[in-house]
Amino acid sequence: MWLFNSSVGRKVVMCVTGASLVLFLLFHASMNLVAIISPEGYDMICEFLGANWYALVGTVGLAGLAVIHILYAFILSVQNYRARGNARYEVTDRQESVEWASKNMLVLGFIILGGICVHLIHFWAKMQLVEILGAIPENGMELIRYTFSQWYNLAIYLVWFAAIWFHLTHGIWSSMHTLGWNNNIWMPRIKCISNIFATLIVLMFASVAIYYFVISLI
Amino acid sequence: MEKTINITLKVWRQAGPKAKGGFETYKLDNISTDSSFLEMLDVLNEKLINERKEPVVFDHDCREGICGMCSLYINGHPHGPDSAITTCQLHMRKFKDGETITVEPWRSNAFPVIKDLMVDRRAYDKIIQAGGFVSVNTGGVPDANAIPIPKKDADEAMDAASCIGCGACAAACKNGSAMLFVAAKVSQLALLPQGKVEAARRAKAMVAKMDELGFGNCTNTGACAAECPKSVSLSNIARLNREFICAKFKD
Ligand code: HEM
Ligand code: SF4
Ligand code: FES
Repeated sequence: MWLFNSSVGRKVVMCVTGASLVLFLLFHASMNLVAIISPEGYDMICEFLGANWYALVGTVGLAGLAVIHILYAFILSVQNYRARGNARYEVTDRQESVEWASKNMLVLGFIILGGICVHLIHFWAKMQLVEILGAIPENGMELIRYTFSQWYNLAIYLVWFAAIWFHLTHGIWSSMHTLGWNNNIWMPRIKCISNIFATLIVLMFASVAIYYFVISLI
Repeated sequence: MEKTINITLKVWRQAGPKAKGGFETYKLDNISTDSSFLEMLDVLNEKLINERKEPVVFDHDCREGICGMCSLYINGHPHGPDSAITTCQLHMRKFKDGETITVEPWRSNAFPVIKDLMVDRRAYDKIIQAGGFVSVNTGGVPDANAIPIPKKDADEAMDAASCIGCGACAAACKNGSAMLFVAAKVSQLALLPQGKVEAARRAKAMVAKMDELGFGNCTNTGACAAECPKSVSLSNIARLNREFICAKFKD
C-alpha cells in the first residue's frame, strides 16, 4: 500500500492527520471563546458534549488521528536520520529561507505531546472520563477558573501554545504542499495563510487562559 | 591590482569507502582572490605533490557550472557560501584573509564517499534510469515545433530542466531527501506534451527508485532550493506530489 511504503504516501498520512488535527483545534478554540463571552453558554456546551455517543465517537477518532500522526512522525524521523548516513557535517550553517520550525517539528511535537498529557489530566480526566465511569463530572467553568488561577498552569499552557504556533506555521502550508496544492504564485500566499491560521488558533486559546488568570487576580 | 589572501584549509581526507576519515589542516599563502575555488585546490594539490604527499581527490569536470560534478560542502554550504552557483564558479574573493575554510564531501547514506571529497553519486543516475526519459519508438519523428506549447509551461519546464544533477539538494537536506532533484526531472517532462503521456508512470517509478536507494522523506524545509546552484524552485516538489498522488489514486 503506497501510504505505508512510499515516501510521498507516508507524507500524505502525516499531512492528512495533521490537517484534521488543525480542524479540531479550530473547533475546540471557538468553543473555548464561549467561556469568555458567556460562562453559562460554555457549561451548556460541556453538557451537550459530555460523554454522549457523538462526543465519544469524536474522542476515539481524534485519539486515532493523534496516534497515527505521532507514530508516523517517529517512523519518518528515524528513516530520515538514517538517510543522512553515519557521518555528520563538521560545519553547518543555516539558510535564510529555511524556517526554524520546519527543522524542529519533532522537538515541537514532543512539547505538544507533553502539553496534551497535562491538559488531559487537568480537564478530560475530571470531566469526560469521570462521566464514562458513571460518576458526576466536575463543572467545566469552575475547572477553567481554578486551573488558570494558578500562575504555573498559565505558564505551562502558554509554552504549549507557543509550541503549537511554531508547529502549525510550518505544518499548515507544508500539508498543502505535500498534497500538491502549491505553485510559484501560491507559495507566499499559503505561507501567509498558514501564519494567519496558526496565530488565530493560538490567540483564541491563549485569550481564555489569560482572561481567567487576570480575573482570578481581581 | 591583484589581491591575495592567506587561508587555512580543513579538508576531509579518507583513503577509501571503508576507511576511517578525518580532517587535515593545510595553510595556503598568497592565494589570488581572482582564482576560483577549484584553482585554489589545484594549488594545494601541486604543493602536496611537490612535498611527495598524496593530493586531495575531488570531483570536477566542466568547471563552468554545467556538469554538476564539483560536489564540495564548503563552510556549511553545498557549493560554498555564494548562492545560485556551483563550486567551480565560486571565487576566492568570497573569502577573507586569514579565514579557515572547511571542505567536506556530500554526507548522505545514498552518496557514499569513494575517496577524500569524492562521493558516489550514481544513485541519481539510477533514479533517472528508472523513468526520467521519454520513450521514443523508431520511425518518423514529428517536428517538435509543430506542437504548440504555452510560453509559461515552456519556461517552467526549462527552469526545471536547468537541474544538473549535482546532488546538493540531498546533501543540504536534514532528511537526506532527493525530492528536489526528482521533482525537477519529473516536472521538466510532465510540463511538456511529449513527456505528459508517461507522466504517471514516470512519477511512480522515480519515487519508488528514490525510496529504494535510501533517500529520506521530504518535510518541506526548503534547504534544497536555498542551496541549489540552479535555483530550482521548491514548488516543483508540489508538482511531483500532485503527479504521484493522482497516479496512485488512478490505480
Ligand atoms: C505529539 C504530538 C506531535 C508530534 C510528535 C508531531 C510531529 C510532527 C512532525 C515530526 C512533523 C513533520 C513530519 C513531516 O512533515 O513529514 C509534523 C507535521 C505536521 N504536524 Fe505534527 N506533531 C504532533 C502534534 C501535532 C498536532 C497536535 C497537530 C495539529 C494541531 C499537528 C499538525 C501537523 C501538521 C499539519 C503537519 C504537516 C504535515 C506535512 O508536512 O505534510 N501535529 N508533526
Ligand atoms: S535540483 Fe539543484 S541541487 Fe538538486 S541536483 Fe538539481 S541542480 Fe543540484
Ligand atoms: S565542474 Fe562542472 S559544474 Fe562544476
